[in-house]
Formats: sequence, C-alpha cells, structure tokens
Amino acid sequence: MPTTAPTDPVPGLAAYSEVTASEASLRRFLHGLPGVDQVGAEARAAGLGTRSIKTTAKAWALDLAIRMVDLTTLEGQDTPGKVRALANKALRPDPADPSCPSVAAVCVYGDLVGEVKEIVGDRVNVAAVATAFPSGRASMDIKLADTRDAVANGADEIDMVIDRGAFLAGHYLQVFEEIVATREACVRPDGTHAHLKVIFETGELQTYDNVRRASWLAMLAGTDFIKTSTGKVQPAATLPVTLVMLEAVRDFREATSVQIGVKPAGGIRTAKDAIKYLVMVNEIAGDDWLDPDWFRFGASTLLNDLLMQRTKMTTGRYSGPDYFTLD
Amino acid sequence: MARIDVRKTYKLYIGGAFPRSESGYSYEVTDSKGKFVANASLASRKDVRDAVVAARKAAPGWAGRTAYNRGQVLYRIAEVMEDRRPQFEEAVRQSEGVSAAAARGQVDAAVDRLVWYAGWADKLAQVIGNANPVAGPFFNHTAPEATGVVGVLAPQSSSLLGLVSVVAPVIVTGNVAVVVSSYARPLPAVTFSEVLATSDVPGGVVNILTGDATALGPWLAAHMDVNAIDLAGVAGSPELATSLEVAAADNLKRVRRAPDAEPDWTAEPGLAAMTAFVEQKTVWHPIGI
Amino acid sequence: MAFEYAPAPESRSIVDIKPSYGLFIDGEFVDGRGSSFKTINPATEETLAEIAEASEADVDLAVRAARRAFRGWSRMSGKERAKYLFRIARIIQERGRELAVLESIDNGKPIKESRDVDVPVVAAHFFYYAGWADKLSYAGLGPDPQPLGVAGQVIPWNFPLLMLAWKVAPALACGNTVVLKPAETTPLTALLFAEICQQADLPPGVVNIVTGAGTTGQAVVSHPDVDKVAFTGSTDVGKAIARAVAGSDKKVTLELGGKAANIVFDDAPMDQAIEGIVGGIFFNQGHVCCAGSRLLVQESVADEVLARLKRRMGTLRVGDPLDKNTDVGAINSAEQLARIRELSDIGESEGAERWAPECALPSSGFWFPPTVFTGVTQAHRIAREEVFGPVLSVLTFRTPAEAVEKANNTPYGLSAGVWTEKGSRILHMASQLRAGVVWANTFNKFDPASPFGGYKESGYGREGGRQGLAAYLKGADL
Repeated sequence: MPTTAPTDPVPGLAAYSEVTASEASLRRFLHGLPGVDQVGAEARAAGLGTRSIKTTAKAWALDLAIRMVDLTTLEGQDTPGKVRALANKALRPDPADPSCPSVAAVCVYGDLVGEVKEIVGDRVNVAAVATAFPSGRASMDIKLADTRDAVANGADEIDMVIDRGAFLAGHYLQVFEEIVATREACVRPDGTHAHLKVIFETGELQTYDNVRRASWLAMLAGTDFIKTSTGKVQPAATLPVTLVMLEAVRDFREATSVQIGVKPAGGIRTAKDAIKYLVMVNEIAGDDWLDPDWFRFGASTLLNDLLMQRTKMTTGRYSGPDYFTLD
Repeated sequence: MARIDVRKTYKLYIGGAFPRSESGYSYEVTDSKGKFVANASLASRKDVRDAVVAARKAAPGWAGRTAYNRGQVLYRIAEVMEDRRPQFEEAVRQSEGVSAAAARGQVDAAVDRLVWYAGWADKLAQVIGNANPVAGPFFNHTAPEATGVVGVLAPQSSSLLGLVSVVAPVIVTGNVAVVVSSYARPLPAVTFSEVLATSDVPGGVVNILTGDATALGPWLAAHMDVNAIDLAGVAGSPELATSLEVAAADNLKRVRRAPDAEPDWTAEPGLAAMTAFVEQKTVWHPIGI
Repeated sequence: MAFEYAPAPESRSIVDIKPSYGLFIDGEFVDGRGSSFKTINPATEETLAEIAEASEADVDLAVRAARRAFRGWSRMSGKERAKYLFRIARIIQERGRELAVLESIDNGKPIKESRDVDVPVVAAHFFYYAGWADKLSYAGLGPDPQPLGVAGQVIPWNFPLLMLAWKVAPALACGNTVVLKPAETTPLTALLFAEICQQADLPPGVVNIVTGAGTTGQAVVSHPDVDKVAFTGSTDVGKAIARAVAGSDKKVTLELGGKAANIVFDDAPMDQAIEGIVGGIFFNQGHVCCAGSRLLVQESVADEVLARLKRRMGTLRVGDPLDKNTDVGAINSAEQLARIRELSDIGESEGAERWAPECALPSSGFWFPPTVFTGVTQAHRIAREEVFGPVLSVLTFRTPAEAVEKANNTPYGLSAGVWTEKGSRILHMASQLRAGVVWANTFNKFDPASPFGGYKESGYGREGGRQGLAAYLKGADL
C-alpha cells in the first residue's frame, strides 16, 4: 500500500507556514527558487539517457517499471466493458506468465471507479482523475464534488489538475488553496485519505521555471505526488521536465524531511524510455524513489512494450504484439 | 634691444603630467643640419616603469569608454592639431629637414590619419567581429577588445606622421600606450603630447617618452605588465628587433614586428595596426525559455 | 536491489593497431631514421605500439615534401581543395567508431566523450573549413588572400584528434601544406588520420605526420622552410617557441595553458551550475586547457553549492575508458599523474581541505579521483598553477567586482564561466573578464564556427570560425 506524507504537522514543513500565509509571501518564495536553464537541463537529461544498465538490473528494472505503471484510459468513449478489460490486464499483465507482477494502479474517470474496483479489489489501486479533468475549468464547488464523488466510489488515489489559468495569472495562493481543499476532499469518513496526485500539465506551463514553482507549490500544499500531464496536451511527460520535478522532490525532502512521489504521464511508450526514466530517478533523486510508492508511469501502450522486452529477457528472442493482449 | 625669447623646456609626458626625466638627464636635439635646437628629456628605465604604471591605471577607464566616445576623443586630437598646424610644420621641417611644403603635407596627413582612425572606433568590431552560427541552442558572438598596455617604439624617421600612425590605431581600440619617440627627432612628439594634454585624452592613455629606443626598448619588451609591443622604431635593426621579440616572449606579448626598413607612412594603413593589438573574445550563452 | 550499471565496453575489435608505425611523409608511411618509442594504454599500461621518433633529418624530409606539395595544392582551385576536405570529413564520420575507440585506448578518455564530443566535432571542423576553401575572398581578409606555405604544427595529448583537426582543416582550406607532430603519448589517431588522407586520395605531401617528442617538435617549429607555426600545449613551451621564431617571418599562433575561473552567483540556475562545474573540471579528466579549475562561488551560497557539488561528484563513475557508463577515465601518463599528485599534495600541505568521493580505482593504469579543494585562496599554488587534472579549487567572493578581480588575477586568460540568471550581469561580467572565451550559463562548449584562443599568457591567435582563417593567410588581419 502506498505510504503517504504524514498528516500530522511535520517540523520541516512548519518552517514554511509563513511562506503560504499570503499571496505575496508565496509569490516571493516561488520566484526566489533558483531558475532552471532550459538548455542545461535538457543536456543533463539527454546525458543520463546514454547510460546502459546490467542485464540482471534490466530484468529487475522492467519488473519495477511494470509495477510502477498507472494503467490508464481517459477517453470519452470509455465504457464499463473497456475499463473492466483494463482492470483484468492490470492484475495479470501477462496471462502467459504468472511471475509477471501487477501494475500499480488503474487510472480512469471518477464515474468508472466502481467498475474497476469490483475487479481489482485491493490487489491493485484505483486512481480517478478529478477536479474537472483535463482542463480544470470549473468552479471550486464542482471540482470538490467531483473529487468527493470519486473517493466515495472507492478511489484509492485522486489525480487532480491544477488551474493553469490561475497559475499563469500569478494567482499562486488560489492554486495552493485549491490543492489544500482537494486534499481535504480526499479524506474518507474513517479518517484515512485517498492518495493525492497533482497534475501540472507541464505542456501548458511551458517553462521549467514554472514547473519548479508548481512543484514546490503543490508540495507545500500537501500533495503526495506531483504529476506532469493529463496526456491530453502535447508535449506530455518528457525526460527534462521529469528531471526538474525529481530535483524538486529531492530538494524538498532535504528541506522538510517529507518525501513526495513523481509521476510522468503521457508520451512514454517504450521500455527503453521507461528505463531512461528509472536511470534518471536513480541518479537525481536517489534509489529511495525507485519504488511504486514514489514513482509512477502514467501510460497505456507502455505496458505492452515492457511485457515484450520482459519476454525477450526470459526467452532470448524478440516477441511480437500478437502475443500480448490489447485491451 | 631685441627681446630675448622664452625658450620651451621639452619634457616627458606621463600620466597626463609633464615631468622631467626621473634620472635628470637630457640630450641635445639638433635640426637636420646639426644645429642645436633644444635639450630634450632623456627618458630612463624608471620613466618606462612610471609610464607603464600610469598606463595600466588608465587602461580600464579608457577601454570602458564607449566606442563613440573614443572616436570623439580621437577626432578632438585632430581638431587641436589642426589648430596648431604652423607649430607642427615648423617642428617637422626642423626635425626632418624637409621643405615647408613637404612638412605641411606631413602635418596634413597626420591630422587626416587621426580623423581616419577616429572613425574606426565604432566600426572595427562590426568589421572584424562575428555572430557565430554554432550547432546548438546557443547565442555565440566574437568581438574585439583592447589588449591592454601597448609599448610603442615610434618610427625614427617620420617624426609626426609616423608617430600618429602607430599611436592612433593603438588607442582607438581602447588600448593605452607607452610610446618611445624618435630619438633624433623627438620635438614633434613633445608638441603632440601637449596636444594630447589639451584634447580630452585622459591622463595615462598615451605616455610619451623622448629617448633612445635601443636603450628603453629592452625594458619595455621585458616588462611583465606590458601586453604588447610595436617594434616600428627599430626598423632596419634586425638583431635588436630579434632580441626585443625574444624578451617579449617572457609574458607572450603580442608583437608587431619591425619592418626591414621604415615604411611609407603616407600609404593607406589598412586594419593591421589595429588588429595587431586587439583580442577576439567569444561569448556563449544558451538560448532557452 | 539497487540499480547497477553494466560494464558496457565498446568493442576494441574494431581497431587494428599495428605493432609498429613509421612516419607519414609524402603520402607514404616510411621508416624513421631515428629511434623509436612506445605508446601505451594509460588505463592498463599495456604497450600498444612502437612508434618512430622522427629525427631532424626526417623532419627535413617532411618539410621538403610539404614544400613540393605546396605548389600544386596552393594553386589548385579552392573548389577542388574543398572537395578533398569534404571527403576527409565524410571518412571521419564513416570511421567514427574506430577513431573514437582508438582515441580512448591511446588517451584514456571515456568513450562517451571520444564518441559524442571529440570525433563529431572533428568531422564538423573539416566540414566547416571545407566550405571556406573556395570562399576565402569573401572572408573579409583581403580581396585575394594567399596561403603562407608550409605550416609546422605541434599538438598536445589531451584532444589528439580534435587538435589535429583544429590545425589541419583551416591550414589546408587556405591552401597551405602541413607537417604535424602529434604528442608522444597519443600518436595513434593522427596515424589513422594519415590513412584517411590516403583513402581520400589527398595529394602526397599535403599532410605529413612526424611522430616524436620535444626534440622532434623543436625541429618542426624551427625548420627554416616552415612559414607558419601553430602550437597547442604548455605556456612554457609556447614561450620557447615564441623565442625560437623571433626575428623570422614565421607567423605564429599559440594555444596555451589556462586557469579559468568558473564564477557562480547566488542567483545562478543552481542545478545547471552544478553540472557546469562538474563538466568544467572533470570533462576529459580535467586535461583541458580551458578547464574551469577555479570555482569562484559567491559566499552567500558557498555551503549550498559545495554540498550539491559533492553529492553530484558522488555519482561520477571513474574507470574503464571504453565503458560507455564511464564519466571520468584514466590520466594520460605516469608523468601527468605525478604532476597532479604533487600539486594536490602541495594543496594539502598549504592548508587547503581536500575531498574526493569514495571510488574504487583500477589497480593498474594511471588514475586520480575527482577531487575538490576547499578553503583555497589566491595565494595557494593550486589556485595559480595549471594542474591539468581532475582537481577543482574552490574560492569565494562577495561582490561582482571581487569576482572579476580574482578571476583576472592570473597570468592566464583563456576562458571563464559565469553563472547567473541576471542578463545584464552576464554581459557586464563577460566584458570584464580577461579571457578569450566566456561561457555564460554553460561551459566547455566547442564548435568549429566559434573562435577559440587566449589572452595574456594563454597565447595568441584564434582557432575556429572566420578568425581561424587569418592564422593561415598572408597579411590577413583578423
């Protein structure tokens, strides 16, 4: 089960209470974060992409990547049948190989949570997108109702979107308060809470400086995970944008002792790409993050490529798409 | 009874002031026929030392002026020279033993040369600098900058046009100069220093020492706080020129070698006198959002 | 289970190292008249090949061959010369893997650098200057610029093939012929380049390669029939060359030592600055004349920068140069290793604090861990002398003026780095730093279109770009 950031006030976080006390102080803080040079950040990410890993480590990395997948469908045409099929795949990604691990979660719209939950039970998490996904353009009441509905339907995790309009307009405190409110809406009657992931839609924030600021803003607001994208806007997840977010969670833990997870979503389609991400997680944030509790891939087609490479590792020959389920 | 004229004392020009030689020595300057004209200060190695200190002190300020401003200052030198043409004509005629018309021609050419170089101040970077299209997301450009303190051994024959032709290109790009004038024909150089002193040139930017290049050259060439040296004044003395070049290697001075014989200073100068004493600096910066 | 990187060695089988090599004179490999020396793999100390040591007579033969070839080569139309250079560039790309592996074996540099930096930039350099060959009259260097004649070129061991390209490409494009001496510890890629010249059917004598040590180099630069001397190497040798050519008509360019300041302000893009510091000093084991060997960090962020730097240094992988995951390879020679050790020991004895991450170094070969010295002042020898190894000295400053003062307080002036997010400060710093290359918010970037060269005792002349042509044309003003 995912661990979460402690709900009790953390001494490290308390030091930041003044930062989020007003719009002005929050702005000062976020604009005081070190800048990100785009060219340098992209060169660093590309450099890490040339690492090659040991065969034994590769087998382990492929299984880890599978365990990190949030198997996702977020289409207008999603039906109960479609998501049930996906749920089955999440449990047994490779029916031919029982040693193949399950994925981390199935990610669907809030109204389909129940369908998935029926199949996966507690064996795989169910994540629901909420807060007027993907645009985030709705009044706060609607967004919170959307969240409560998904939690009531049994969602283990909530993937919320931030109001990019508010962020780009400089209304940081508004974005902060929306995250705080959404997190409160994640609380179940028994006091536990659904795991919160905050989606920035980095393709709309555009600059790495914005990504770094959004990361800190969300972390200060008490999110459990920071997530790149909805998958509906290009570019979605990229190595450098994930690099900047990994630097943010690394620095945040150093400053507050609170560990936050990272989820790149959208655009990661091959096992080779996934391994590049894992190399980056390892070198930037450290191996504490090499765990599904702290790193996820939001993806759909990625899973089959991971499975194909996994099969190649065990059989020694290249496989083909016909041997894996298309759900 | 005829009036007794007031004779001028010919002094050195260091740091904007007119000191006598530190050593106290002077030497007789004669006209082209050997007739005594005046005593000139005989600069010593200590004057070289003082001049280098004065030049180094003036260097950042002068290099930091805008190119437009340096051009204006050079043009101002030309203006003041123009105003004192008769005096320069007389000095050149006396020193070089040429006709009045020829002397006038030299002075005209010297003034025009200053005007020519003045115009280069804000153009050289555009002509010899570049925007470099590198294969990556980088802004990259190259532009010339002053080398620093330049030692100038001024020509021995051409007492004014030659002098202006080696000094103007050095300072127009933002360098500062320590000049050793023609030994036998120093008086136009002294008058030129009086022009410099009254034409907006900051003290120390040009320092003029009257004296012997063969004696002072080695001190200048070996001075570790001098960045470059123009050996024009030892043209025709290959052994001395070679030894100066060897001495200059101690701190890798940029050396403008001595020609085999003194060139025709009336010829179009080209860029060489300026480019010999500039450094090309390349600056990189990423291009990103 | 943690992540383990694979030993991912690049295959050595691609290179075919002969037991012995002669000199490349007049288009042929010939036996030298002098003695011979061995070149070794610095990562293993294994002998790679026996190399001829060119004598003065050999050098004379090479210069004569170059002089004979000059007649035809300089009169050939630029359009045709260009095509030879394009051919060479293409062959370098085609044989890129082979060149990269050979470079790493002979030099000790990581394969990821020889593969991703050295060899691609070498090919790019030939492409760049190939294009100039028939456009020289448009270069702003006179209406009909003429070549100088025979160029004597002496290059160092830190970027053997890249320095060859920097020398040979512009020389040939301008119509000169060359006699080149590679460094004695890294002759192999130059000899492979000779083979490439043969493959390209380059006319005999246009490129001559004479291997050897200092005496051979001296014979090259002081040969009376050499019109142009181009040298990259130490400042001491550069000064000796400047003395040797005094009084001659030889045109000279010198690319010498450096002690670059890499200046980090408190508003720097911090993660990229850390990468820039690391790349600035540990790239190519610090065997880089323009290495950012003096870190000047603003005192207000010094602790943070150091903590981040040390964390990052802990992820550097030191080891087998042929392993694709290696970040820092072998020190090029026992002699250089001794020099690095000596200066580091002096650093310690002078009171600076030495730190290096824990890393297992191979038992044979020449190795030195990435090292940082803190508590360094301008008075320490490690802050003044070029270590030419993976050793960083850290100094602090309080204000921009102090940073400029400290950065310029050196007889060198090759390069400098500035890290700040403030644009006007970058331009101010760039104008104040007395260095031929200023990298702002980046470091150690090279491009054939970008002129490179030093102020003060870092040498004179520029290599690369339009400016690089001036070094090889008569009467050309930069």
